[in-house]
Amino acid sequence: MQALRITDLRKKYGDHDVLCGVDLCVEEGSFTALLGHNGAGKTTTLGIVAGLIRKTSGSVSVFDHDLDSDPVAVKSCIGLMTQDYNFSQFETVEQVVLNQAGFFGIRRSDARKRADRLFDIMDLQSLRHAETRELSGGMKKRMMLVRAVITEPRLLILDEPTAGVDIEIRHLIWNFLRELNRSGTTVLLTTHYFEEVENLCQQVAILKNGVISDGGYVHELISRLTVRSVIFGLSCPLPADCYLPLTPLDGNYVEYTYDSKKTNVSEMVTALLKYGCSVLSVRNRSSSLEEYFLNQRDEHCL
Amino acid sequence: MNSAFLIAYLTITRREVVRFSRVWFRTLLPPMVNTGLYFLIFGNLIGTKIGPMSGCSYVEFMMPGLVMMSVIICSYTNVASSMYSARFQKYIEEILVSPVPMWLIVAGFVTGGVIRGMIVGVLVLLVALNFTPVSFLHIHHLILMLLLASLLFSLGGFINAIYARNFDDISVIPTLLLTPLIYLGGVFYTLDLLPPFWEGVSRINPLLYVINTFRYGFLGISDTSIVLSYVVVGALLLVFFVWATLLLQKGRGLVS
Repeated sequence: MQALRITDLRKKYGDHDVLCGVDLCVEEGSFTALLGHNGAGKTTTLGIVAGLIRKTSGSVSVFDHDLDSDPVAVKSCIGLMTQDYNFSQFETVEQVVLNQAGFFGIRRSDARKRADRLFDIMDLQSLRHAETRELSGGMKKRMMLVRAVITEPRLLILDEPTAGVDIEIRHLIWNFLRELNRSGTTVLLTTHYFEEVENLCQQVAILKNGVISDGGYVHELISRLTVRSVIFGLSCPLPADCYLPLTPLDGNYVEYTYDSKKTNVSEMVTALLKYGCSVLSVRNRSSSLEEYFLNQRDEHCL
Repeated sequence: MNSAFLIAYLTITRREVVRFSRVWFRTLLPPMVNTGLYFLIFGNLIGTKIGPMSGCSYVEFMMPGLVMMSVIICSYTNVASSMYSARFQKYIEEILVSPVPMWLIVAGFVTGGVIRGMIVGVLVLLVALNFTPVSFLHIHHLILMLLLASLLFSLGGFINAIYARNFDDISVIPTLLLTPLIYLGGVFYTLDLLPPFWEGVSRINPLLYVINTFRYGFLGISDTSIVLSYVVVGALLLVFFVWATLLLQKGRGLVS
């Protein structure tokens, strides 16, 4: 079953076309990333699905419920974590979370039990009676995630859930989302962190110029990548007479950009040994998916 | 109403009550102080010079109008400011993403306004007891009109908040429309004191019907027909409710 099916979705603000016919399918149980540059229309797409933005045309269905004819059924399947803070500054963490459950028709006693468990997981137990305006950015993000999942949605939509949070909280959120997805929740997220996508998602859709320009399984996209860059940590500085296609970096580090169809890393490692430099470490310059995304942009620019 | 909708409705209402209760010194106390001053100055000081009106002392005559004035203004401003804050801080989105029908959102916010209006009504009445004896000749009319008026003006506040583009927009209507209508709606005088032309003009003021029926509930006197009053208020209620629900369904001010 498809958790989400978007067909020819269009959105116009005045004369400006933001979405020009988006087609997207998200399979039930999958973890999908919707990628794109700032202003590509990711938030607009998610906003339309969640009922916060009115579409110009096209259709949206969630677990076979049509957004136009049965918005209540659609909304009852969705949990949304927005990019912006959209909660009352004067309510406590617990009030925000329990109220959200209440709006979905969940009894307060049941909601409190769920909240207890989620506060433990998200390390918010000690903050449950704190007013939301007293929270840090990371705490607010965690609270918003708890608010989005308190209703146990079948489709969880996350708009840049880890933007601006520190690495520890990011990993806490990743682990939580991974477990949630394993237990059957379909997750659709937008992010600018490619590492996040590689860590969490099975599928990717790239939104560009108001349409889905590319997409597929993450490993498939990465395998399409031909030009790659790695950074070698060498045992000694690169000799002056070395004419290998390497870009020197700080210290004994060099960058190697190569076409994976023509050569591979081991050939360069062997070549370096001939100059008396052994390779102590190898790491990707950036995430493979990020390189793929940037290559796509460059190809379109050309 | 199914149980999920009932829980959602009670949650919206609960949030509204918690909101105004948290700042009771700004939401419940000021009407008591204001009305106390009215009773003191217009009732006890100036009122004694005016003499009886419609067979009652002036302060007794004025009391129902003053209570109703507080109820109307508090119901209106409660919903207007709450709904506007929810829009401004975007936490209305918490409700908009929920499987709650639009009419239920209206009902939840308005119930919050009604509850505040009723509480203020009782508190102001307690203040009034310090200045004049209070009789309840037709208590059912009194309670019914209190309920209908707070409902009507809560809906008015809701509509105002939907149209408002900034905080000034939610204070303009109470200042420029609501207060004049209340003052000219017979709080301080009877219609027979007015020249025929202005008496006719007064009869198109819906507040006249609200205040006179409320006064009838206390004192058994009214310048208007009680049945006509309910018809006027009922018709306005229907119009306001449909208006508010349609605005939400169209997403005006909420959905881009």
